[in-house]
Amino acid sequence: MKFLIYRYNPEKDQAPYMQEFTLDNIEPGMMLLDALLRIKADKDETLSFRHSCGEGVCGSDGININGSNGLSCITPLSQLKQPVEVRPLPGLPVIRDLVVDMSQFYQQYRAVKPYLIVHDPEPEIERLQSPHDRDKLDGLYECIMCACCSTACPSFWWNPDKFRGPAALLQSWRFLADSRDQATAQRLEELEGAYKVFRCHTIMNCVNVCPKGLNPTKAIGNIKKLMLKRLI
Amino acid sequence: MSIPRKRFDTLVIGAGGGGLRAALQLSQAEANVAVVSKVFPTRSHTVAAQGGINAALANVLPDNWHWHMYDTVKGSDYLGDQDAIEYMCRAASHIVIELEHAGVPFSRLNNGKIYQRAFGGQSQDFGGEQAARTCAAADRTGHAILHTLYQQNIRAKTHFFDEFFAIDLIKDEEGYILGAVILSIETGEPYIIEAKTTLLATGGAGQIFRTNTNARINTGDGMAMALRADIPIQDMEFFQFHPTGIAGKGMLITEGARGEGGFLVNKNGERFMERYATHAKDLASRDVVSRSIAIEVREGRGCGPKGDHVLLKVDHLGADVVAKRLPGIRDTVLTFLHMDPVEKPIPVFPTAHYTMGGIPTNRYGQVVAPLGQGAEEPIPGLYAVGECACVSVHGANRLGGNSLLDIIVFGRAAGNDIIDFLKENRFHRPLDEGSVDQALSRLARWDQRGEGESVDALRQELQQTMEDYCGVFREEKVLQEGVNKVKAMEARLAAVRIQDHSSVFNTQRIEAMELENLFDVALATVTSALARQESRGAHSRVDYPERDDEHWLKHSLFYKKDHRLDFKPVRTKPLSVDSFPPKPRVY
Ligand SMILES: Cc1cc2nc3c(=O)[nH]c(=O)nc-3n(C[C@H](O)[C@H](O)[C@H](O)COP(=O)(O)OP(=O)(O)OC[C@H]3O[C@@H](n4cnc5c(N)ncnc54)[C@H](O)[C@@H]3O)c2cc1C
Ligand code: SF4
Ligand code: SF4
Ligand code: FES
Repeated sequence: MKFLIYRYNPEKDQAPYMQEFTLDNIEPGMMLLDALLRIKADKDETLSFRHSCGEGVCGSDGININGSNGLSCITPLSQLKQPVEVRPLPGLPVIRDLVVDMSQFYQQYRAVKPYLIVHDPEPEIERLQSPHDRDKLDGLYECIMCACCSTACPSFWWNPDKFRGPAALLQSWRFLADSRDQATAQRLEELEGAYKVFRCHTIMNCVNVCPKGLNPTKAIGNIKKLMLKRLI
Repeated sequence: MSIPRKRFDTLVIGAGGGGLRAALQLSQAEANVAVVSKVFPTRSHTVAAQGGINAALANVLPDNWHWHMYDTVKGSDYLGDQDAIEYMCRAASHIVIELEHAGVPFSRLNNGKIYQRAFGGQSQDFGGEQAARTCAAADRTGHAILHTLYQQNIRAKTHFFDEFFAIDLIKDEEGYILGAVILSIETGEPYIIEAKTTLLATGGAGQIFRTNTNARINTGDGMAMALRADIPIQDMEFFQFHPTGIAGKGMLITEGARGEGGFLVNKNGERFMERYATHAKDLASRDVVSRSIAIEVREGRGCGPKGDHVLLKVDHLGADVVAKRLPGIRDTVLTFLHMDPVEKPIPVFPTAHYTMGGIPTNRYGQVVAPLGQGAEEPIPGLYAVGECACVSVHGANRLGGNSLLDIIVFGRAAGNDIIDFLKENRFHRPLDEGSVDQALSRLARWDQRGEGESVDALRQELQQTMEDYCGVFREEKVLQEGVNKVKAMEARLAAVRIQDHSSVFNTQRIEAMELENLFDVALATVTSALARQESRGAHSRVDYPERDDEHWLKHSLFYKKDHRLDFKPVRTKPLSVDSFPPKPRVY
């Protein structure tokens, strides 16, 4: 099976280039991560990429695969057209090979105050929450911060410093939607302006690539709706 | 060489649940704390924990902390320290409620309280009916807890060093730990972090075995750092094999699957656990279930063309229960086996999962070792919590749901004790340059160029050897061979060369240092396993099938120097209640 892999080592290379690798003995069930590991072990030990859990829960290995963002560890080789083109996530500075600098992405995450804010005194037992209210967090809290969505979003490419991006906004909604959170007004105020939320033009790239099947566009729509409701 | 130095009150190495809980306690108390992690915090392996965290909240069935304590002592096969166990079980309810207050999205019962499910080894009333003690956020409890703790640390303005690799501890002649030498993975630059207290929270070492449920980063770095600082590690022969890893692949299927009503069958469709554990059946302790599966397969009742696994049935639970309570494992099975567990049973086999042993500590998280005056003297300035530590609440066999509890309870306790320590130790001690040089030479060693064996090949050989010679069933001859083989392989380490010598994001150099760590931990494991001539908990010796309380009711301590073993007594006296004396373990 043929692979074309993006290479760039700032200590050696003037410019990035694509390198071709061929692997034999592809076994059924092999994931793209298995292939990358084999290339690193057998063909070129200097290939750098992030990975850890190998099962789609840690969010380390978001990369661009044949033009679409995804996690290498849960992308089966059998689904991929050859040669498989593997590139770093688009729109973020490349540190080396497939490793990108995620600082801006994390910055936007921190900016939405991604933590529960409660002003009432703490009860002795757990705060009660009905199963119905808890269900509203499904599809939100599962985000693994892989950045597949934000780095597929044209609005984030153009304004990574101003537009919060789908991942951070999904988290923002995760707390707005939590029946226990008491900072709705503050959260919405902080999202006002032309950029932070309103740069989203509902292009849906984010939804299409999320490896966890989450829907940032819907979350963003909900934030916009809530903002409008408060205006009226 | 002059390397950049940074000073903090406390250095926390590891940003899993244990490290983050401790850091939060410290940041909230306005101590100046740095958290170093080789991966971005939410990528730590706590994120993978599925089933839940134990606490006797009694939201579903009657419960109290004392029953939880009994189950934990029995589960540990009486090797757990009963003072630490009492402390943990008493603290559990409060700890879980604190997590809820911090924002963890626990699943809920109709009355709005936290959802709890049944897990293995849990009983009401000291061995009676099954209890439901495991608090869950669907089957993503670890994710929910880890993210919440990270978020609260953002709020508390904890200082993070993300993607920094800790190479070694810095220690002075008097035995004080003064911080660590760390490496920026991104730039390849080493730093010295000076700290009045250092907390190791580096997680487990599942990567010493080939098929395991652990992430690639679980290489036992903290344990190896302790060993290199002349600190022994405790009870390493006790390694948990989880009964239900996906056969041949290793991804975990949570015990919660059986807690929700799933069960195991052999090739005849027989629910075989009824034979091995008449009372608890599929929810017997993990060591018991893993051995039963291994016996079924060995005696020819395994499933599949090679008869090498058994089947876990959840298909009778219905799509609703699976979607609501086990959505994550359904995804995993769909992704890796291309089948739907709602329709077909899942092929499973015991898989290396959890490191019961680790860096010896007391219930304040202080690292303790025999220094000449007694068996448990605190090493000044050093703490450890979580899977890398051994307090010991899990003894010879950990109960499901007790590890998330362990990391949070003792993460918090260590944070509190560090705050006290800092009050009395207000100044940084002078740095020990010799110790720094030693750490740096470990790094420099990988600058050697030329041809040599590869890191990857040697790691695979080590993992295969540990699996073949130190697995579920053990015996003298095989273990001895295992020790010899691992030693021989370790000797080959010196000839290993890496091909990547660049500074920026050099993952090969990190993997090389991880391999050194794996060797230290693997040797500790197989050497301790060879020494222990009895069967207890997860350590089952075919040649010594019985538990031997007369000679072996004691903890083992392994030292790197000469691979020496020492022993110390189990703390059988709890804090306030009567102790649970050893009894035969029936489920
Ligand atoms: C698949 C799976 C499911 C589980 N399910 C459950 C469950 O349902 N209930 C339960 O109670 N337990 C469960 N466990 C066990 C439990 O999750 C772990 O024991 C626990 O999360 C360990 O937490 P920790 O904080 O000690 O370490 P980890 O979360 O592993 O974190 C270790 C940290 O140390 C850092 N680190 C390591 N080495 C270095 C170094 N050299 N330099 C810098 N940083 C370093 C890592 O980056 C990481 O941040 C499960 C385990 C697995 C594998
Ligand atoms: S829907 Fe909005 S957030 Fe998602 S990709 Fe499009 S512009 Fe970006
Ligand atoms: S929303 Fe999905 S794609 Fe975006 S960071 Fe979270 S898990 Fe990744
Ligand atoms: S390696 Fe963890 S998500 Fe892919």
